[in-house]
Amino acid sequence: MTTQTAPALNCTGLSYSFGDAKVVDGLDLLVGQGEVFGLLGPNGAGKTTTMRAITTLLPVPPGVIEVFGHDAARQKMAVRRLLGYVPQQLSADASLTGRENVQLFARVFDVPRRQRAARVSQALDAVGLGDVAHRLAATYSGGMVRRLELAQALVSAPRLMILDEPTIGLDPIARDSVWERITEIRVAAGMTVLVTTHSMDEADQRCDRLALMHLGRLRALGTPAQLKNELVAHRRESGETGLPPPSLEDVFRHHSGAGLNDPGSGSDEGKGAFRDVRRTRRTASRLG
Amino acid sequence: MSAVPVAPHPASAESVPPDQRFALLLTPPPPRTGWRVVPARVTAMCVVELQKLRHDRTEIYTRAVQPALWLLIFGVTFSRIHAIPTGGVPYLDFLAPGIIAQSAMFIAIFYGIMIIWERDSGVLTKLMVTPTPRTALVTGKAFAAGVKAVIQAAVVIVIAALIGVGMTWNPLRLLGVVVVVLLASAFFSCLSMSIAGIVLTRDRLMGIGQAITMPLFFASNALYPVALMPGWLQAVSRVNPLSYQVDALRGLLIGTQAHLGLDLAVLAFAALAGIVAAGSLLGRLAR
Repeated sequence: MTTQTAPALNCTGLSYSFGDAKVVDGLDLLVGQGEVFGLLGPNGAGKTTTMRAITTLLPVPPGVIEVFGHDAARQKMAVRRLLGYVPQQLSADASLTGRENVQLFARVFDVPRRQRAARVSQALDAVGLGDVAHRLAATYSGGMVRRLELAQALVSAPRLMILDEPTIGLDPIARDSVWERITEIRVAAGMTVLVTTHSMDEADQRCDRLALMHLGRLRALGTPAQLKNELVAHRRESGETGLPPPSLEDVFRHHSGAGLNDPGSGSDEGKGAFRDVRRTRRTASRLG
Repeated sequence: MSAVPVAPHPASAESVPPDQRFALLLTPPPPRTGWRVVPARVTAMCVVELQKLRHDRTEIYTRAVQPALWLLIFGVTFSRIHAIPTGGVPYLDFLAPGIIAQSAMFIAIFYGIMIIWERDSGVLTKLMVTPTPRTALVTGKAFAAGVKAVIQAAVVIVIAALIGVGMTWNPLRLLGVVVVVLLASAFFSCLSMSIAGIVLTRDRLMGIGQAITMPLFFASNALYPVALMPGWLQAVSRVNPLSYQVDALRGLLIGTQAHLGLDLAVLAFAALAGIVAAGSLLGRLAR
């Protein structure tokens, strides 16, 4: 299978443990080229660990994760060249200007010098920051910082954009603005987008397909409409009548709500859970 | 296995002509391979460090206070006491290279804190998802710390010159000073990044950093000749890279007898070992 025809992401039997806690347990995912694929789940579901494995930050055995046909264990550099990654934290360097932030990523992705300035400008223009590129990132609003991070990821022309809760802590206007930019660039560049979010509205409106994880396992997979229809069918079978049409939030609760407070589950007690929550709160607090 | 993907979103790129505004963003840059990767990453990290210093020079000024006090108070006072035999060299002249080495080491030894801050803020994670091998990333960071240390060393050299320390202004010797400070700072910053990779938190690293800096400083020839030390301390001094840095700086700046070849070899080896150690521990920070 060539890079042109291979799925954007093929994840087969991914498992990962921190000590005794199994945070991802036999996850299978297939993401087609050009999709906007949402990974949903409650805190401790294993989303961030999955993202970290896909981005080669965590070691995985050969044959488990392939990005456009490249094995994430054997061909790390090739995989990284295909990725654009925006982590959950506000990761732009506040002590550099917007342009300098993007220039750094142009350099580490080997953009030739003769092309660097123009490419950096295009990336900044693409996210609507061309006019303020000379300002220190410390002076940017939360939405602008997120757009700057998008520009950093875009400068290398990634084929798979990985966004870890890109709109967390943003007001609705900034959130829309970030998604408009993502969509516009995705349309122009033909990127595949893999996104995690806790916003069910966002997942419903923006994602082609969704995977719902809980306790490290895949609990549901499909388009937002398919997932809602499945819940309707389930309600019908179990005799639950007179309920309004389900929202994606109902689907989320149906698949993960029962286990959220399960003290024996081990997932929310996992090593990364406290750190994840702290990071989320820190990011939200920095965005004000 | 998950189900076969549905057809992409209607607005996907396959059906829409590429926007000319983003023309350059549609083609991935040609990958740099082989030996050219490390120098490219080192340049990238050093440029960032210089850009940060250009925007905010406060750190350069505040960090100059301590070495200035060492020279102006400790140095001037001990020059009057004549208590330390320096082989005919004025004590202030003898001390100045030691203080340059000390101030450069202080910058480098706390570089690991910056790595932990970058981990917490997501900057490190993002850099680790770029086509940059761990050792290249660590080498880039190590030499970026070196750039900062060289600027600090330049400030201390100017202060030393202003208070009358007789130093060389020979450009070749000054170039040698730059090389020595870069290599030593690369080692100390890698030591710091290695500790960061082990302890993983800022507080623990602060404690360890403070615990090792003064012993490294006192167990070197920065303040007094090695011959004055008790035997056990001389043994520590012989494995302390700071001693080799001071010896080289003294030879280059003051013209005392130095073992430049040995000094450079030890510093280069220490830097290389530091890069390997820090590179292998860096992944722990991403987990």
